[in-house]
Amino acid sequence: MSKTAVAKKEKLTKRRPINSALGGFWFVFPSILAIVFFVYGMIAWTFNMSLTNKNSVSVRELKYVGLKNYSDLIKDENFTHALTNLLKFTIVFILGALISGFIMSLLLEKGIKGEGFFRSFYLYPMAISFIAMGTVFNWLLNSATGKDAGGVNLLLQKAGLGFLQNTWYASPTGSMYAMAIPAIWQVAGYVLALFLAGFRGIPDEMREAARVDGASEWKIYRYVLFPQLTPTLLTVLIILGHMSMKVFDLIVGINGKGYVTQTVAVYMWQVTFDNYDFAKGTAIALVLLIMVAFLVLPYLRYVNKHEAYR
Amino acid sequence: MTHAAELITAKPDLRKIKRIRTGKEKFWLVFKYVSLIFIWFLVIMPIYVLVVNSLKGVKGVYLNTAFQLPTSLDFSAWKLAWAGDTTKFPGLSAGMGAAMIRTFFIVVQSSLISAVIGSINGFVFAKWKFRGSNLVFTLFLFGMFIPYQAVMIPLVRVATLTGLNKTTYVLVLAHVIYGIPICTLIFRNYYESIPNELIEAGRVDKASMTRIYRSIILPLSIPAFVVVLIWQFTSAWNDFLFAIFLTSGNPKLAVATTQLNFLTGSTNQVYYGLNMTAALLVSLPTLIVYVFLGRYFLRGLLSGSLKG
Repeated sequence: MSKTAVAKKEKLTKRRPINSALGGFWFVFPSILAIVFFVYGMIAWTFNMSLTNKNSVSVRELKYVGLKNYSDLIKDENFTHALTNLLKFTIVFILGALISGFIMSLLLEKGIKGEGFFRSFYLYPMAISFIAMGTVFNWLLNSATGKDAGGVNLLLQKAGLGFLQNTWYASPTGSMYAMAIPAIWQVAGYVLALFLAGFRGIPDEMREAARVDGASEWKIYRYVLFPQLTPTLLTVLIILGHMSMKVFDLIVGINGKGYVTQTVAVYMWQVTFDNYDFAKGTAIALVLLIMVAFLVLPYLRYVNKHEAYR
Repeated sequence: MTHAAELITAKPDLRKIKRIRTGKEKFWLVFKYVSLIFIWFLVIMPIYVLVVNSLKGVKGVYLNTAFQLPTSLDFSAWKLAWAGDTTKFPGLSAGMGAAMIRTFFIVVQSSLISAVIGSINGFVFAKWKFRGSNLVFTLFLFGMFIPYQAVMIPLVRVATLTGLNKTTYVLVLAHVIYGIPICTLIFRNYYESIPNELIEAGRVDKASMTRIYRSIILPLSIPAFVVVLIWQFTSAWNDFLFAIFLTSGNPKLAVATTQLNFLTGSTNQVYYGLNMTAALLVSLPTLIVYVFLGRYFLRGLLSGSLKG
């Protein structure tokens, strides 16, 4: 190596900024560009399109129509139907998943022989696609009752619970509640994991101290453990809430675009795909985004403040 | 902070409770096991139905016997579901096989790229911060929660204009880009737990940050890589939304989930044996990964809730 080359190399190593204010900015720069363009830019694009008259493929001359697409949505019965459906689904899904996951965590939190076995079985549904499970539930939740019953209805009959037989997702009024069943089935294990982590994060000393003070088991749960789980409960509600608002695969997997089970995401798909009404589709998508943002943004702020994701 | 997944797996010391149990305690223990086993049956039921009915052949699979074991083993549904058959089943030109192999390549490529990007980003956000990096990170995180419908129509436009929607790369790209937030988060959490002294030691030795990353951080990153690879593998394999929007109408680009949806939709109410087998086939890759590496999958799940 020549002298100049050595000098050059030294210069390079010296120049390398280690503790500068810029830090590793250039290394994340490509990702920042990607997020800015594909997330924020495309949201802006979506918003822009929702203000136009691009309501069919044949529209040549693009005009801005203000918030017309949004005001049309409020008048659109299909949309309000989808919104009501989503609300029904959300209530049953959140309550059901919350309660079942919490009960499962109560059964396991103290540590019990075979815990690992149960835990891993309870969590496997999260690894399977909603579409595949939709295929099974589409079949098992068949609407035939009585003599023709099969699947879940037949099981209920045999268990002596025949009165619980149902037309499930085919029911005009109860379809969304039926839809919540497979959804709960799928995520209960996730809720269990979150609560279990919450329980295990409580120091044993707190429990012991209460026990020494003569508190009954129930009182220990009620006054010592449950209050400690409030942050976990918040997390669970946010996670379930945003999952629920976006529900799409599960519905399509079980009942396709079927009207009785249409939610906002499914309706958006139908509007864009079947009617090529991009202006309306983008408006629906944006309503969905605003709903999710209302839920998630405060949470992100909260997490950021408490640095909980450390 | 200890990782939430470790909290879960670090069970309370069982020996502590090993003392003579009172009657009440015995009752609760029995109650717990009965409930746990009952729940176990509920959880296992759909998979049981898939497996049992996939062994009953293509036709003659009925709902009223869905829970019964097959009288004789018939693997014909497996062959048909994998390969398809145009002569006997006109609607079924393609089975799951081709779509699953295609998906496999898409998913492996996107998880590998995602992991590399996530690792670099995570390192910067944890150990090599720049002014405003925390804000940028939070802006990244929001991208993890958005309903993808809010970007979908422009995304389809871009994919069509660039001609990307004629190849499977459109899905690789979508999974990589929209996977940046979660992958960055998982790596960032992991690197936060690495003591700063290690970095300082490297600096004392006059190593550059890139050098520190390569020689100190990267060799320690294997667990985080496993978590991210599994997470991306599973979520990309199970993805339906991107696939249906970006590649629909092009059977040559069908992935596992869209192919399954097409197959069950087009043969509905006729060949349940086939439907169940196809659903089982789609579920198998992620299930196998879960069986062997479930611990890491759990970590990914918990990161997704930002509790990681």
